Amino acid sequence: MGQTIAEKIFVAHLRDNPTPDNMVIDIDVIMCHEITTPIAIMDLVDKGMDRVVDPDRIKAVIDHVTPPKDSKTATQAKIMREWARRHKINDFFDIGHNGVCHALFPEKGFIRPGNTVIMGDSHTCTHGAFGAFAAGVGTTDLEVGILKGVCAFRKPASMKVEVTGTLPSGVYAKDIILNIIKTLTVNGATDMVMEFCGPVVEAMNMSSRMTLCNMSVEAGATSGLCLPDKVTAEYLWPFIQDDYSSVEEAAADYKKWHSDVDADYAQTITIDVSNLEPQVTHQYKPDQVKDISELAGTTIDQVYIGSCTNGRIEDIREAASILKGRQVADTVRGILTPATPAIYSQALDEGLIKIFMDAGFCVLNPTCGACLGMSSGVLAEGESCASTTNRNFNGRMGKGGMVHLMSPLSAAAAAVTGQITDPRPMMNA
Amino acid sequence: MKKFGGPAFFINRDDINTDEIIPAKYLTEITKRALQPHLLEDLILDGKAFDTSAPAFQKAQVLVTRSNFGCGSSREHAVWALEVNDINVVIGTSFARIFRQNMFNCGILAIELAENDVNQLLTFSGEITIDIDLENEKIIAKSDDHTEEFTFSLNPFDKELVGAGGWLAYADQKY
Repeated sequence: MGQTIAEKIFVAHLRDNPTPDNMVIDIDVIMCHEITTPIAIMDLVDKGMDRVVDPDRIKAVIDHVTPPKDSKTATQAKIMREWARRHKINDFFDIGHNGVCHALFPEKGFIRPGNTVIMGDSHTCTHGAFGAFAAGVGTTDLEVGILKGVCAFRKPASMKVEVTGTLPSGVYAKDIILNIIKTLTVNGATDMVMEFCGPVVEAMNMSSRMTLCNMSVEAGATSGLCLPDKVTAEYLWPFIQDDYSSVEEAAADYKKWHSDVDADYAQTITIDVSNLEPQVTHQYKPDQVKDISELAGTTIDQVYIGSCTNGRIEDIREAASILKGRQVADTVRGILTPATPAIYSQALDEGLIKIFMDAGFCVLNPTCGACLGMSSGVLAEGESCASTTNRNFNGRMGKGGMVHLMSPLSAAAAAVTGQITDPRPMMNA
Repeated sequence: MKKFGGPAFFINRDDINTDEIIPAKYLTEITKRALQPHLLEDLILDGKAFDTSAPAFQKAQVLVTRSNFGCGSSREHAVWALEVNDINVVIGTSFARIFRQNMFNCGILAIELAENDVNQLLTFSGEITIDIDLENEKIIAKSDDHTEEFTFSLNPFDKELVGAGGWLAYADQKY
């Protein structure tokens, strides 16, 4: 019997097999942010265990509430900053260099095919886009990762998610993943690794693959991943050019991580996207998804474009294509937060920030902020937000607020009309 | 080994997420104790705000719920918010992976019980006490006029973590 990519990665990193169903694996990349790490740091200090397994394997960022909004968030940042200095963690990103972790770390080239990655953040699954096993964990797992460089998982079962057909114009990775979560439900992939494959995924750029993997946890998955290929190698080229003579050679080497043809899957689903409409969530669970035409006309008070799901340059370009020459509706507050400084800078160079500002958007620095209702765009009771983020839980962006998840294109259309709107008639118009 | 069990409280809903267990606005706290008053404070049940001041909830040491408890954010604050309220056992038909692991990593219990058994438990009325016999993997549920046993099965590794007092203690000794 062959192996899936997840099984290959686990075998290559196996440290211990405490039971046949449980595997303790070595972790290549241990990522830390200021919300879930400070308590781990303080606990290690309290226990006289203030050590790190290897400062080069640790990547740290202040991203959730930055710049700090109050004394408490300033203290969290301070604990991180002092810890990073104390342990000579060189890959630490503070104000001026910081951005949303799951957008920032990929653009620094930290994640490579076949890697194992953990972070005290459920959307760590984003990094699976590089053909890595990347899982969100709690603070205790993070603490053990920092101290020992290992993490325990159940033996990985995989779900093959084959995406076929031709993606229609105006429909994006966000619409595909929302549709998949609708099919699977919020716990349809629990304890499984979702392996995204098929011609539509192969044709996607890394940004779209990250969007796809980012929301795999919303179906309960341990991680989502894509098979590493030439697209992966091209993205990573600035970081791997000393290791390979060409992109083709890197892509050929990455094939070693591909699932074998006779690999065993716990489940296989196929989705043909040829007739897929833009998708939007309603209610409070990410599997409560409808075609945009069913929700058209729903009033929106705020539009939020950003986050680890859809705050990348490609997302900003798509939204700008709708906003160009148009105005945000009088009844709407538009907020853009490019996910990293590099994305922000690129958007400035391309004139995209001006398009957003001319349309009446407020442009914020990179931060997680309003996505989880912590700062920079929290909703009031009874308000609703068209958002490019990943969670529409009750109260997620503010108590009593409603979040409609959608693609950047759909969010931009909602900003212009003040209601949920099919963006496709507005394209090139 | 630590003793688990006590007065039980039922939350009869699927998919309770960690934002509901402890809202993100409290993630700026850097002590676990600070989470204590805020457990489940924004939970909506059957369209109504959940009353966290209800005496039966205040004295609960065991929560009984439905499927996919603890979904969403990885925040271990959800587990700590339970812990600092003396709730060391959650029983449900299923759990989200990260939440379940966080419970065992803290040396406390996320017990998966068959749906029929959870349905049966939910028929208990009045004051209910649930004791956990970890060694024999049995739940003993008692109300004023009724006692019933249910069996469950724990992943042997998770059971070891509970015995060790959590993942940090286990890992520090072994790796």
